[in-house]
Amino acid sequence: MISLTSPVETKAHSWRAGFKLTVLFLSTIVLFSIDNIFILSAFLAVVFTLYALPGMVFMKYGFSKLRILWPFVLVISIWHAWIFELVEGLTIVTRMICAVALANLVTMTTKLSEMIDVVAFLTKPLQRFGFNFRILELAIALVIRMTPVLLNKGQGLTMAWQARSTRRSGWRIILPFTLIALDDAEHVAEALKARGGINTLEKK
Amino acid sequence: MEKNIAYIALFAALTIALGLVPQITLAFGVPITAQGLGIMLCGTILGAKRGALAALLILLLVAIGLPVLSGGRGGLGIFVSATGGFLISWPLCAFITGLIVEKWRTGSLAIVATLASVIGSIIVMYIFGIIGMAIVLDKTLLEASALITAFIPGDIIKAIIAGLLTSAIAKARPASLFSRPALNQQAK
Repeated sequence: MISLTSPVETKAHSWRAGFKLTVLFLSTIVLFSIDNIFILSAFLAVVFTLYALPGMVFMKYGFSKLRILWPFVLVISIWHAWIFELVEGLTIVTRMICAVALANLVTMTTKLSEMIDVVAFLTKPLQRFGFNFRILELAIALVIRMTPVLLNKGQGLTMAWQARSTRRSGWRIILPFTLIALDDAEHVAEALKARGGINTLEKK
Repeated sequence: MEKNIAYIALFAALTIALGLVPQITLAFGVPITAQGLGIMLCGTILGAKRGALAALLILLLVAIGLPVLSGGRGGLGIFVSATGGFLISWPLCAFITGLIVEKWRTGSLAIVATLASVIGSIIVMYIFGIIGMAIVLDKTLLEASALITAFIPGDIIKAIIAGLLTSAIAKARPASLFSRPALNQQAK
């Protein structure tokens, strides 16, 4: 599974993940307290400049991740044009794009391993109450490993269906798909046990 | 314990896969992703606690930047976008859906699991989703609700499918139905 980290190495990659996340958290709070379209536009200009600084490849990649917002931009713009409050609509749309773009910027410039370190740091208080972070790490690794396996098996099921029917498989494929996941879970559990079980996972 | 981890991880993977296999669209050719269905199944099959943990695990993967949501979406931006409220509700949805299936022991499992999905996953998810949308899009709750009513029929179809699937799985793999330990025990 490919992480959403940017293909281009930027200066921000070397900054600490905790620092970036704190700045993101604070700027999102500030962002949602601003109602002035001019200040928000300036904010957006700064965010887009940050996207542009590492070069074209980075900017294109970053903007492609913002495409999911267009339905909301469209609906809000039409709605506010309809009720003659276009400035208010623009304010909402600009704020939303800023918030998502900033958050994506952190995701794009932070490696998966650093994010996992942040999770370890954040769950430290829980570790006093017996929470074992190594188990969470194992679960994350299992999902990352098993998702492509399940995807392959799901595609196999769809192909088997298509070989026998001209109609679409639709939801009928989900029952065998879920059964495969259940059986795989049973196998994985046995495999974990056979390798000494999770009690052997030392706490960090 | 190994079993718990394996089931939680595999159900998280299943929910992710349901959003990524493009061929799995629901009835009537409507391209509704089946990821919401995955959350319902986490609750109805794994039960409250394990279901909620599976959903939480998915959110964690989204937060650390993996493209695990339908259409390959992911990353921190999703949480502050207009649909962030829906996403944040997932662990609670799976928990309530699972809790209802665990506690409500009378009647057919298919119907109980369908109703549990409607209450736990649709109603709870929409409450969170509407609040999130109202905050991000600066709308009243009523206006935000109007924006998403179009999705309700699709979600009701998902709840019915979740009910049917749960009852079929109870027959095919009773030992794996953590939400109904009685069936689980009989199978052993």
